[in-house]
Amino acid sequence: MPQIAQLAETYSSQIFWLLIVFGLVFFIIGRGMAPKVMETVGQRDQQIADDLAAAQSSRDAADEQEAAWRARENANRAAAQALVAEAKAKSATATEARLAKAQVLIDALTTDAEARIGAARTEAAAEIQSVAAEAAQDIVARLAGIKVTKTAAAAAVKKAMAHG
Amino acid sequence: MVGEPAKVDPMHQFTIEPLFGSAGWEVAGFNIAFTNSALWMVITAVVLWLFMLGGMKRQLVPGRWQMAVEFFTGFIDSLVEANVGAAGKKYVPYIFSLFMFILFANVLGLMPLGIVGIHPFTFTSHFTITGVLAIMSFSIVLVVGFWKHKLHFFSLFIPSGTPLAMAIIIFPIELVSFLFRPFSLGLRLFVAMMAGHVLLEVLSSFVIDGWNAGAGFGLLVGVPSFLLMVAICALEILVAGIQAYVFALLTSLYINDAEHLH
Repeated sequence: MPQIAQLAETYSSQIFWLLIVFGLVFFIIGRGMAPKVMETVGQRDQQIADDLAAAQSSRDAADEQEAAWRARENANRAAAQALVAEAKAKSATATEARLAKAQVLIDALTTDAEARIGAARTEAAAEIQSVAAEAAQDIVARLAGIKVTKTAAAAAVKKAMAHG
Repeated sequence: MVGEPAKVDPMHQFTIEPLFGSAGWEVAGFNIAFTNSALWMVITAVVLWLFMLGGMKRQLVPGRWQMAVEFFTGFIDSLVEANVGAAGKKYVPYIFSLFMFILFANVLGLMPLGIVGIHPFTFTSHFTITGVLAIMSFSIVLVVGFWKHKLHFFSLFIPSGTPLAMAIIIFPIELVSFLFRPFSLGLRLFVAMMAGHVLLEVLSSFVIDGWNAGAGFGLLVGVPSFLLMVAICALEILVAGIQAYVFALLTSLYINDAEHLH
């Protein structure tokens, strides 16, 4: 086993060259190059983090603006709806007033007409009685040859009409 | 090779050889020969540097290579973050270097470069190397622990709420288990890498010796051994990654102990 067989003659050169070479590796690569590589990685990570933060803040700003726009839009919509409702209410009131006026007119006309119809009906009924009395007088005179007074005939007709 | 049996020594791959006539180099009486082990440390460091270079383009939208490098830094960063917390940020360069150095060394040692005549040397299969790495991690734990908590660091060895009678027994047990950490840390990597390479080498010797012994043995022993080698190569790539990960994970766990005690 050369590791042990050659130990006495080679240990010093092994240690000497290892210290020199590893020393160079440590100072040039470990302390010189590795931190720069890690720094590059760090810079990249920082850049990515910054970009992400910027994107996030832009997004937040956009969200904020959208919310503001939405609020404005909602306010405008509400105002428009209020206007529409007001106009609707106004026109409804006006229509109602006109309708009420017309109704009053119609009611008056109807009452008038009803009164006229009532008068005409009474008149017609009176006329029917007198006609019926005359007819009854006439019928009795012809059939029985009895002369009946106008008053008696009228009373009889009234009695018959009252019985229906 | 006629008449001479092919000989495969599974341990030969771990032999350290001085290169470029550097065998005699010395500093203060210590030999510092530039060996094949040192060469592969340098190759590992250069390949790792080239890999990292692809991650230095610093593009906002990364390409594939940059993504790969960023995956590894992110992986270690999150590992340390998960185990040590925010205080672990300062250990990321060390743990990253450790993880990538071990990972690249393990994987490069598995590369089939022998086909083109270059024989990779897996220096993480030497406990002199893994031991030094483990001692470095352990030293950081000790230094940070005593720096931050002074002598209060010893309370790490007494779980909170332990009665005094139990604490007297538990303290030495915990202390010993703490002191064994560098050994287990270093030996784990060394053993895992060496075992895998020895296994591959032994299986390859079965393939070669089997076919040398005739077609019958070749089919009976060589072919199944070769298939097993292919499967174990895949396993070794997994082990290369896992051992590097375990080393980095345990280091970060030990540092967490030093940072936060319990």
